[in-house]
Amino acid sequence: MDHHLEQQAAESEKKAVKLLGMWASPYVLQVRWALAMKGVEYEYVEEDLRSKSAQLLAYNPVHKKVPVLVYHGRPIAESQVILEFIDDAWNHRGDPILPRDPYRRAMARFWARFKQDKLSPPIWRWFTTEGEEQEAAYEAAVEQLLVLEKELAVSGKPFFGGEKVGFVDLSLSPLAYVIPIYEEIVTGGGGGGVKMVTEEKMPSLAAWMGRFLSSPAVRGHLPPLEKLRPRCQAMREAFLVSARAKVEQQQQQ
Amino acid sequence: MAGAKKGLVLLDFWVSPFGQRCRIALAEKGIPYEYSEQELLGAKSDLLLRSNPVHKKIPVLLHDGRPVCESLVILNYLEEAFPDASPKLLPADDAYARAQARFWAAYSDKVYEVGTRLWKLKGEPQAQARAEIVQVLRNLDGELGERSFFGGEAFGFVDVALVPFVPWLPSYERYGEFSVEGIAPRLAAWARRCAERDSVAKSFHPPEKVDEFINLLKKTYGIE
Repeated sequence: MDHHLEQQAAESEKKAVKLLGMWASPYVLQVRWALAMKGVEYEYVEEDLRSKSAQLLAYNPVHKKVPVLVYHGRPIAESQVILEFIDDAWNHRGDPILPRDPYRRAMARFWARFKQDKLSPPIWRWFTTEGEEQEAAYEAAVEQLLVLEKELAVSGKPFFGGEKVGFVDLSLSPLAYVIPIYEEIVTGGGGGGVKMVTEEKMPSLAAWMGRFLSSPAVRGHLPPLEKLRPRCQAMREAFLVSARAKVEQQQQQ
Repeated sequence: MAGAKKGLVLLDFWVSPFGQRCRIALAEKGIPYEYSEQELLGAKSDLLLRSNPVHKKIPVLLHDGRPVCESLVILNYLEEAFPDASPKLLPADDAYARAQARFWAAYSDKVYEVGTRLWKLKGEPQAQARAEIVQVLRNLDGELGERSFFGGEAFGFVDVALVPFVPWLPSYERYGEFSVEGIAPRLAAWARRCAERDSVAKSFHPPEKVDEFINLLKKTYGIE
Protein backbone atom coordinates (compact mmCIF):
# COMPACT_ATOMS: atom_id res chain seq x y z
CA MET A 1 0.00 0.00 0.00
CA ASP A 2 1.11 3.56 -0.76
CA HIS A 3 2.84 5.03 2.34
CA HIS A 4 0.46 8.00 2.52
CA LEU A 5 -2.58 5.72 2.34
CA GLU A 6 -1.05 3.47 4.98
CA GLN A 7 -0.62 6.45 7.28
CA GLN A 8 -4.20 7.55 6.69
CA ALA A 9 -5.46 4.05 7.39
CA ALA A 10 -3.48 3.90 10.64
CA GLU A 11 -4.78 7.29 11.76
CA SER A 12 -8.37 6.44 11.03
CA GLU A 13 -7.92 3.13 12.82
CA LYS A 14 -6.59 5.03 15.82
CA LYS A 15 -9.81 7.04 15.91
CA ALA A 16 -11.88 3.88 15.60
CA VAL A 17 -10.27 2.07 18.52
CA LYS A 18 -9.99 3.48 22.02
CA LEU A 19 -8.81 1.75 25.19
CA LEU A 20 -9.79 2.99 28.64
CA GLY A 21 -7.16 1.74 31.06
CA MET A 22 -5.11 2.23 34.18
CA TRP A 23 -1.32 1.84 34.28
CA ALA A 24 -1.20 -0.72 37.10
CA SER A 25 -3.92 -3.03 35.83
CA PRO A 26 -2.67 -6.39 34.52
CA TYR A 27 -5.99 -6.78 32.68
CA VAL A 28 -5.36 -3.58 30.76
CA LEU A 29 -1.81 -4.70 29.92
CA GLN A 30 -3.11 -7.97 28.50
CA VAL A 31 -5.35 -6.01 26.14
CA ARG A 32 -2.50 -3.70 25.11
CA TRP A 33 -0.35 -6.73 24.27
CA ALA A 34 -3.17 -8.33 22.28
CA LEU A 35 -3.63 -5.11 20.29
CA ALA A 36 0.13 -5.03 19.69
CA MET A 37 0.06 -8.63 18.45
CA LYS A 38 -2.49 -7.58 15.83
CA GLY A 39 -0.70 -4.34 15.01
CA VAL A 40 -3.76 -2.29 15.90
CA GLU A 41 -3.42 1.47 16.35
CA TYR A 42 -5.53 2.87 19.17
CA GLU A 43 -6.06 5.83 21.43
CA TYR A 44 -5.24 5.12 25.06
CA VAL A 45 -7.07 6.91 27.86
CA GLU A 46 -5.67 6.69 31.40
CA GLU A 47 -8.45 6.51 33.97
CA ASP A 48 -8.24 7.61 37.59
CA LEU A 49 -10.13 4.80 39.29
CA ARG A 50 -10.51 6.79 42.50
CA SER A 51 -12.44 9.34 40.48
CA LYS A 52 -14.03 7.53 37.57
CA SER A 53 -14.73 9.53 34.44
CA ALA A 54 -18.21 10.03 33.04
CA GLN A 55 -16.93 8.27 29.94
CA LEU A 56 -15.95 5.14 31.87
CA LEU A 57 -19.24 5.03 33.76
CA ALA A 58 -21.16 5.44 30.52
CA TYR A 59 -19.16 2.78 28.69
CA ASN A 60 -19.14 0.23 31.54
CA PRO A 61 -22.15 0.93 33.75
CA VAL A 62 -22.40 -2.69 34.93
CA HIS A 63 -18.88 -3.15 36.33
CA LYS A 64 -17.43 0.40 36.21
CA LYS A 65 -13.98 -1.12 35.60
CA VAL A 66 -11.12 -1.00 33.15
CA PRO A 67 -10.18 -2.21 30.61
CA VAL A 68 -12.91 -1.07 28.24
CA LEU A 69 -12.26 -1.28 24.52
CA VAL A 70 -14.33 1.15 22.50
CA TYR A 71 -14.71 0.06 18.88
CA HIS A 72 -16.27 2.62 16.55
CA GLY A 73 -17.92 4.15 19.61
CA ARG A 74 -19.26 0.85 20.96
CA PRO A 75 -17.85 -0.44 24.26
CA ILE A 76 -16.64 -3.90 25.18
CA ALA A 77 -15.78 -4.76 28.79
CA GLU A 78 -14.13 -7.69 30.62
CA SER A 79 -10.58 -8.55 29.53
CA GLN A 80 -11.33 -12.10 28.40
CA VAL A 81 -14.21 -10.90 26.23
CA ILE A 82 -12.01 -8.12 24.84
CA LEU A 83 -9.16 -10.51 23.99
CA GLU A 84 -11.54 -12.79 22.09
CA PHE A 85 -13.01 -9.79 20.31
CA ILE A 86 -9.57 -8.55 19.22
CA ASP A 87 -8.80 -12.00 17.82
CA ASP A 88 -12.18 -12.05 16.08
CA ALA A 89 -12.25 -8.53 14.66
CA TRP A 90 -8.67 -8.67 13.36
CA ASN A 91 -8.50 -12.35 12.51
CA HIS A 92 -7.10 -11.54 9.09
CA ARG A 93 -4.08 -9.87 10.71
CA GLY A 94 -1.13 -11.11 12.71
CA ASP A 95 -1.00 -14.44 14.49
CA PRO A 96 -4.11 -16.01 16.00
CA ILE A 97 -4.55 -15.25 19.70
CA LEU A 98 -6.87 -18.20 20.28
CA PRO A 99 -6.14 -21.51 18.55
CA ARG A 100 -8.26 -22.25 15.47
CA ASP A 101 -9.17 -25.80 16.45
CA PRO A 102 -12.45 -25.94 18.47
CA TYR A 103 -11.11 -28.37 21.10
CA ARG A 104 -7.92 -26.38 21.61
CA ARG A 105 -10.01 -23.21 21.85
CA ALA A 106 -12.07 -24.87 24.58
CA MET A 107 -8.89 -25.79 26.45
CA ALA A 108 -7.57 -22.21 26.09
CA ARG A 109 -10.80 -20.75 27.50
CA PHE A 110 -10.68 -23.30 30.32
CA TRP A 111 -7.13 -22.37 31.36
CA ALA A 112 -7.92 -18.66 31.24
CA ARG A 113 -10.74 -19.23 33.74
CA PHE A 114 -8.48 -21.45 35.85
CA LYS A 115 -6.29 -18.49 36.62
CA GLN A 116 -9.27 -16.40 37.70
CA ASP A 117 -11.01 -19.10 39.72
CA LYS A 118 -8.22 -21.23 41.21
CA LEU A 119 -4.96 -19.32 41.06
CA SER A 120 -5.57 -15.65 41.72
CA PRO A 121 -7.49 -16.06 45.00
CA PRO A 122 -4.79 -17.99 46.94
CA ILE A 123 -2.00 -15.83 45.49
CA TRP A 124 -3.82 -12.70 46.60
CA ARG A 125 -4.45 -14.20 50.03
CA TRP A 126 -0.78 -15.13 50.34
CA PHE A 127 0.22 -11.59 49.49
CA THR A 128 -2.22 -9.85 51.85
CA THR A 129 -1.95 -12.02 54.97
CA GLU A 130 0.64 -13.30 57.41
CA GLY A 131 1.21 -16.21 59.75
CA GLU A 132 -0.87 -19.36 59.46
CA GLU A 133 -3.34 -17.85 57.01
CA GLN A 134 -0.48 -16.92 54.72
CA GLU A 135 1.09 -20.37 54.98
CA ALA A 136 -2.18 -22.04 54.05
CA ALA A 137 -2.63 -19.68 51.12
CA TYR A 138 0.94 -20.40 50.00
CA GLU A 139 0.27 -24.16 49.95
CA ALA A 140 -2.96 -23.65 48.03
CA ALA A 141 -1.28 -21.38 45.46
CA VAL A 142 1.66 -23.75 44.93
CA GLU A 143 -0.75 -26.66 44.42
CA GLN A 144 -2.47 -24.77 41.60
CA LEU A 145 0.79 -23.51 40.10
CA LEU A 146 2.00 -27.11 39.90
CA VAL A 147 -1.09 -27.91 37.81
CA LEU A 148 0.03 -25.23 35.34
CA GLU A 149 3.62 -26.43 35.51
CA LYS A 150 2.52 -29.94 34.55
CA GLU A 151 0.37 -28.62 31.70
CA LEU A 152 3.27 -26.67 30.23
CA ALA A 153 5.88 -29.39 30.84
CA VAL A 154 3.73 -32.05 29.18
CA SER A 155 3.13 -29.86 26.12
CA GLY A 156 6.86 -29.36 25.66
CA LYS A 157 6.11 -26.02 24.01
CA PRO A 158 7.66 -22.65 24.86
CA PHE A 159 4.28 -21.00 25.50
CA PHE A 160 0.83 -22.13 26.63
CA GLY A 161 -0.27 -20.99 23.17
CA GLY A 162 2.29 -23.29 21.54
CA GLU A 163 5.17 -21.84 19.54
CA LYS A 164 3.97 -18.29 20.13
CA VAL A 165 2.24 -16.25 22.81
CA GLY A 166 -1.52 -16.84 22.87
CA PHE A 167 -4.71 -16.32 24.83
CA VAL A 168 -3.64 -18.40 27.83
CA ASP A 169 -0.21 -16.75 28.06
CA LEU A 170 -1.90 -13.33 28.05
CA SER A 171 -4.39 -14.46 30.69
CA LEU A 172 -1.60 -15.84 32.88
CA SER A 173 0.65 -12.85 32.29
CA PRO A 174 0.52 -11.44 35.85
CA LEU A 175 2.31 -14.60 36.96
CA ALA A 176 5.30 -13.51 34.88
CA TYR A 177 5.87 -10.18 36.59
CA VAL A 178 3.59 -9.73 39.60
CA ILE A 179 4.68 -12.87 41.47
CA PRO A 180 8.38 -11.84 41.52
CA ILE A 181 7.34 -8.46 42.95
CA TYR A 182 5.17 -10.15 45.57
CA GLU A 183 7.99 -12.56 46.44
CA GLU A 184 10.40 -9.66 46.93
CA ILE A 185 7.98 -7.80 49.17
CA VAL A 186 6.87 -10.82 51.21
CA THR A 187 10.41 -12.04 51.82
CA GLY A 188 11.51 -8.51 52.66
CA GLY A 189 13.71 -8.32 49.60
CA GLY A 190 16.49 -10.10 51.44
CA GLY A 191 16.49 -12.96 48.94
CA GLY A 192 15.78 -15.38 51.75
CA GLY A 193 12.41 -16.75 52.76
CA VAL A 194 10.07 -18.77 50.65
CA LYS A 195 9.69 -18.13 46.93
CA MET A 196 6.62 -19.29 45.08
CA VAL A 197 7.96 -20.17 41.63
CA THR A 198 11.42 -21.73 41.78
CA GLU A 199 13.44 -23.33 39.01
CA GLU A 200 13.65 -26.58 40.96
CA LYS A 201 9.95 -26.97 41.67
CA MET A 202 8.57 -25.37 38.50
CA PRO A 203 11.23 -25.33 35.77
CA SER A 204 8.82 -24.89 32.84
CA LEU A 205 6.91 -22.07 34.49
CA ALA A 206 10.12 -20.33 35.59
CA ALA A 207 11.48 -20.45 32.04
CA TRP A 208 8.13 -19.32 30.62
CA MET A 209 8.15 -16.18 32.76
CA GLY A 210 11.35 -14.80 31.19
CA ARG A 211 10.38 -16.01 27.74
CA PHE A 212 7.01 -14.28 27.99
CA LEU A 213 8.50 -10.96 29.02
CA SER A 214 10.96 -11.14 26.10
CA SER A 215 8.30 -11.91 23.50
CA PRO A 216 7.80 -9.22 20.83
CA ALA A 217 4.43 -7.82 21.91
CA VAL A 218 5.36 -7.70 25.60
CA ARG A 219 8.85 -6.34 24.98
CA GLY A 220 7.26 -3.38 23.23
CA HIS A 221 5.32 -2.42 26.34
CA LEU A 222 6.91 -3.75 29.48
CA PRO A 223 5.00 -3.80 32.77
CA PRO A 224 5.95 -0.77 34.90
CA LEU A 225 7.83 -2.71 37.60
CA GLU A 226 9.40 0.32 39.27
CA LYS A 227 6.00 1.94 39.88
CA LEU A 228 4.29 -1.36 40.71
CA ARG A 229 6.66 -2.31 43.51
CA PRO A 230 5.85 0.53 45.93
CA ARG A 231 2.17 0.27 45.05
CA CYS A 232 2.10 -3.45 45.89
CA GLN A 233 4.11 -2.82 49.04
CA ALA A 234 1.60 -0.22 50.19
CA MET A 235 -1.29 -2.62 49.47
CA ARG A 236 0.24 -5.41 51.54
CA GLU A 237 0.90 -3.04 54.43
CA ALA A 238 -2.64 -1.69 54.32
CA PHE A 239 -4.12 -5.20 54.46
CA LEU A 240 -1.84 -6.29 57.30
CA VAL A 241 -2.54 -3.15 59.34
CA SER A 242 -6.28 -3.62 58.89
CA ALA A 243 -6.11 -7.33 59.83
CA ARG A 244 -4.01 -6.64 62.92
CA ALA A 245 -6.43 -3.92 64.00
CA LYS A 246 -9.34 -6.36 63.70
CA VAL A 247 -7.52 -8.96 65.79
CA GLU A 248 -6.76 -6.37 68.47
CA GLN A 249 -10.37 -5.28 68.49
CA GLN A 250 -11.52 -8.85 68.92
CA GLN A 251 -9.04 -9.47 71.72
CA GLN A 252 -10.24 -6.42 73.59
CA GLN A 253 -13.87 -7.53 73.47
CA MET B 1 -7.88 -41.87 22.37
CA ALA B 2 -7.79 -45.69 22.66
CA GLY B 3 -11.04 -47.29 23.78
CA ALA B 4 -12.72 -43.91 24.16
CA LYS B 5 -16.47 -43.84 23.75
CA LYS B 6 -17.43 -42.26 20.43
CA GLY B 7 -19.81 -39.34 20.33
CA LEU B 8 -20.96 -37.07 23.11
CA VAL B 9 -21.44 -37.87 26.78
CA LEU B 10 -22.59 -35.18 29.20
CA LEU B 11 -21.59 -35.69 32.84
CA ASP B 12 -24.25 -33.77 34.71
CA PHE B 13 -26.39 -33.47 37.83
CA TRP B 14 -30.17 -33.24 37.56
CA VAL B 15 -30.73 -29.86 39.21
CA SER B 16 -27.55 -28.13 38.04
CA PRO B 17 -28.37 -24.98 36.07
CA PHE B 18 -24.88 -25.14 34.55
CA GLY B 19 -25.64 -28.63 33.26
CA GLN B 20 -28.98 -27.42 32.00
CA ARG B 21 -27.24 -24.79 29.86
CA CYS B 22 -25.55 -27.64 28.00
CA ARG B 23 -28.70 -29.77 27.76
CA ILE B 24 -30.68 -26.86 26.35
CA ALA B 25 -28.00 -25.99 23.76
CA LEU B 26 -27.70 -29.62 22.67
CA ALA B 27 -31.49 -29.90 22.36
CA GLU B 28 -31.82 -26.61 20.46
CA LYS B 29 -29.21 -27.79 17.98
CA GLY B 30 -30.58 -31.32 17.77
CA ILE B 31 -27.20 -32.83 18.60
CA PRO B 32 -27.50 -36.35 20.00
CA TYR B 33 -25.71 -37.19 23.23
CA GLU B 34 -25.73 -39.56 26.17
CA TYR B 35 -26.75 -38.05 29.51
CA SER B 36 -24.83 -39.39 32.50
CA GLU B 37 -26.18 -38.47 35.94
CA GLN B 38 -23.34 -38.00 38.41
CA GLU B 39 -23.26 -38.54 42.14
CA LEU B 40 -22.12 -35.24 43.64
CA LEU B 41 -23.16 -35.31 47.28
CA GLY B 42 -21.63 -38.75 47.78
CA ALA B 43 -18.51 -40.16 46.17
CA LYS B 44 -17.66 -38.74 42.76
CA SER B 45 -17.21 -41.23 39.93
CA ASP B 46 -13.79 -42.16 38.55
CA LEU B 47 -14.89 -40.88 35.18
CA LEU B 48 -15.74 -37.45 36.58
CA LEU B 49 -12.50 -37.21 38.57
CA ARG B 50 -10.48 -38.26 35.51
CA SER B 51 -12.34 -35.92 33.17
CA ASN B 52 -12.20 -32.84 35.37
CA PRO B 53 -9.30 -33.33 37.76
CA VAL B 54 -8.86 -29.60 38.27
CA HIS B 55 -12.36 -28.72 39.49
CA LYS B 56 -14.03 -32.14 39.97
CA LYS B 57 -17.28 -30.50 38.87
CA ILE B 58 -20.02 -31.01 36.35
CA PRO B 59 -20.94 -30.32 33.64
CA VAL B 60 -18.27 -32.08 31.61
CA LEU B 61 -18.86 -32.77 27.94
CA LEU B 62 -16.90 -35.75 26.65
CA HIS B 63 -16.42 -35.69 22.89
CA ASP B 64 -14.93 -38.98 21.66
CA GLY B 65 -13.50 -39.29 25.16
CA ARG B 66 -11.93 -35.81 25.31
CA PRO B 67 -13.31 -33.65 28.12
CA VAL B 68 -14.57 -30.08 27.80
CA CYS B 69 -15.24 -28.45 31.18
CA GLU B 70 -17.09 -25.30 32.29
CA SER B 71 -20.61 -24.67 30.99
CA LEU B 72 -19.86 -21.53 28.95
CA VAL B 73 -16.74 -23.15 27.49
CA ILE B 74 -19.00 -26.07 26.47
CA LEU B 75 -21.54 -23.69 24.87
CA ASN B 76 -18.78 -22.04 22.81
CA TYR B 77 -17.43 -25.48 21.92
CA LEU B 78 -20.80 -26.68 20.63
CA GLU B 79 -21.00 -23.57 18.40
CA GLU B 80 -17.54 -24.15 16.99
CA ALA B 81 -17.19 -27.94 16.82
CA PHE B 82 -20.61 -28.43 15.21
CA PRO B 83 -20.71 -25.58 12.69
CA ASP B 84 -23.45 -27.23 10.63
CA ALA B 85 -25.81 -27.70 13.58
CA SER B 86 -28.50 -25.05 13.66
CA PRO B 87 -29.60 -22.76 15.03
CA LYS B 88 -26.43 -20.81 15.62
CA LEU B 89 -26.65 -19.40 19.14
CA LEU B 90 -24.03 -16.74 18.46
CA PRO B 91 -24.40 -14.22 15.60
CA ALA B 92 -22.22 -15.51 12.78
CA ASP B 93 -21.14 -12.29 11.07
CA ASP B 94 -20.85 -9.77 13.85
CA ALA B 95 -17.76 -9.81 16.07
CA TYR B 96 -19.13 -7.01 18.27
CA ALA B 97 -22.46 -8.80 18.82
CA ARG B 98 -20.54 -11.98 19.69
CA ALA B 99 -18.50 -10.06 22.26
CA GLN B 100 -21.68 -8.63 23.80
CA ALA B 101 -23.21 -12.11 23.99
CA ARG B 102 -20.12 -13.47 25.75
CA PHE B 103 -20.13 -10.56 28.18
CA TRP B 104 -23.77 -11.03 29.20
CA ALA B 105 -23.53 -14.82 29.31
CA ALA B 106 -20.62 -14.51 31.77
CA TYR B 107 -22.57 -11.86 33.70
CA SER B 108 -25.53 -14.21 34.08
CA ASP B 109 -23.35 -16.36 36.39
CA LYS B 110 -23.91 -13.61 38.95
CA VAL B 111 -27.55 -14.60 39.40
CA TYR B 112 -26.47 -17.94 40.84
CA GLU B 113 -23.42 -16.60 42.65
CA VAL B 114 -25.33 -13.87 44.46
CA GLY B 115 -28.48 -15.99 44.83
CA THR B 116 -26.42 -18.61 46.66
CA ARG B 117 -25.21 -15.99 49.14
CA LEU B 118 -28.81 -14.98 49.63
CA TRP B 119 -29.84 -18.36 51.06
CA LYS B 120 -26.51 -19.16 52.75
CA LEU B 121 -26.07 -15.97 54.73
CA LYS B 122 -27.94 -14.01 57.37
CA GLY B 123 -28.06 -10.47 58.65
CA GLU B 124 -25.97 -7.76 56.98
CA PRO B 125 -24.24 -10.03 54.41
CA GLN B 126 -27.64 -11.34 53.34
CA ALA B 127 -28.99 -7.82 53.00
CA GLN B 128 -26.02 -7.00 50.80
CA ALA B 129 -26.68 -10.05 48.65
CA ARG B 130 -30.30 -8.95 48.32
CA ALA B 131 -29.30 -5.50 47.13
CA GLU B 132 -26.86 -7.05 44.67
CA ILE B 133 -29.25 -9.55 43.15
CA VAL B 134 -31.88 -6.88 42.67
CA GLN B 135 -29.28 -4.83 40.78
CA VAL B 136 -28.19 -7.82 38.70
CA LEU B 137 -31.78 -8.58 37.68
CA ARG B 138 -32.38 -4.89 36.88
CA ASN B 139 -29.24 -4.83 34.72
CA LEU B 140 -30.44 -7.92 32.85
CA ASP B 141 -33.90 -6.41 32.45
CA GLY B 142 -32.29 -3.27 31.02
CA GLU B 143 -30.13 -5.23 28.60
CA LEU B 144 -33.11 -7.24 27.36
CA GLY B 145 -35.10 -4.09 26.82
CA GLU B 146 -38.14 -4.52 24.60
CA ARG B 147 -36.68 -7.47 22.71
CA SER B 148 -38.17 -10.95 22.80
CA PHE B 149 -34.86 -12.57 23.62
CA PHE B 150 -31.35 -11.46 24.51
CA GLY B 151 -30.43 -12.86 21.10
CA GLY B 152 -32.91 -10.44 19.48
CA GLU B 153 -35.74 -12.09 17.58
CA ALA B 154 -34.21 -15.51 18.15
CA PHE B 155 -33.35 -17.48 21.29
CA GLY B 156 -29.57 -17.27 21.59
CA PHE B 157 -26.40 -17.67 23.62
CA VAL B 158 -27.32 -15.36 26.49
CA ASP B 159 -30.83 -16.79 26.70
CA VAL B 160 -29.38 -20.31 27.05
CA ALA B 161 -26.88 -19.11 29.65
CA LEU B 162 -29.48 -17.32 31.79
CA VAL B 163 -32.66 -19.37 31.50
CA PRO B 164 -31.56 -22.25 33.79
CA PHE B 165 -31.61 -19.85 36.75
CA VAL B 166 -35.32 -19.16 36.25
CA PRO B 167 -36.54 -22.08 38.44
CA TRP B 168 -34.26 -20.77 41.21
CA LEU B 169 -35.81 -17.29 41.17
CA PRO B 170 -38.89 -18.13 43.28
CA SER B 171 -36.55 -19.33 46.07
CA TYR B 172 -34.40 -16.20 45.74
CA GLU B 173 -37.56 -14.07 45.81
CA ARG B 174 -38.55 -15.65 49.10
CA TYR B 175 -35.15 -15.36 50.76
CA GLY B 176 -34.67 -11.85 49.45
CA GLU B 177 -38.24 -10.65 49.86
CA PHE B 178 -38.56 -9.15 46.42
CA SER B 179 -40.45 -10.04 43.27
CA VAL B 180 -38.92 -10.36 39.82
CA GLU B 181 -42.20 -9.15 38.33
CA GLY B 182 -41.88 -6.02 40.43
CA ILE B 183 -38.22 -5.15 39.82
CA ALA B 184 -37.62 -6.65 36.37
CA PRO B 185 -40.96 -7.11 34.60
CA ARG B 186 -39.49 -7.56 31.12
CA LEU B 187 -37.21 -10.27 32.44
CA ALA B 188 -40.22 -11.97 34.07
CA ALA B 189 -42.05 -11.95 30.73
CA TRP B 190 -38.93 -13.30 29.02
CA ALA B 191 -38.78 -16.15 31.54
CA ARG B 192 -42.36 -17.14 30.75
CA ARG B 193 -41.63 -16.91 27.02
CA CYS B 194 -38.57 -19.18 27.32
CA ALA B 195 -40.41 -21.76 29.40
CA GLU B 196 -42.63 -22.44 26.38
CA ARG B 197 -39.69 -23.74 24.39
CA ASP B 198 -39.38 -27.49 24.20
CA SER B 199 -35.65 -27.54 24.94
CA VAL B 200 -36.16 -25.45 28.06
CA ALA B 201 -39.34 -27.12 29.33
CA LYS B 202 -37.81 -30.57 28.99
CA SER B 203 -34.73 -29.70 31.05
CA PHE B 204 -36.52 -27.75 33.78
CA HIS B 205 -37.43 -28.98 37.23
CA PRO B 206 -40.30 -27.32 39.09
CA PRO B 207 -39.27 -24.54 41.51
CA GLU B 208 -40.52 -26.67 44.44
CA LYS B 209 -37.91 -29.30 43.62
CA VAL B 210 -35.23 -26.62 43.41
CA ASP B 211 -36.32 -25.24 46.77
CA GLU B 212 -36.17 -28.76 48.24
CA PHE B 213 -32.65 -29.06 46.91
CA ILE B 214 -31.64 -25.76 48.51
CA ASN B 215 -32.94 -27.09 51.82
CA LEU B 216 -30.90 -30.24 51.31
CA LEU B 217 -27.78 -28.14 50.69
CA LYS B 218 -28.50 -26.05 53.78
CA LYS B 219 -28.66 -29.20 55.86
CA THR B 220 -25.44 -30.44 54.29
CA TYR B 221 -23.69 -27.17 55.14
CA GLY B 222 -25.24 -27.03 58.61
CA ILE B 223 -27.18 -23.84 57.90
CA GLU B 224 -30.40 -23.14 59.80
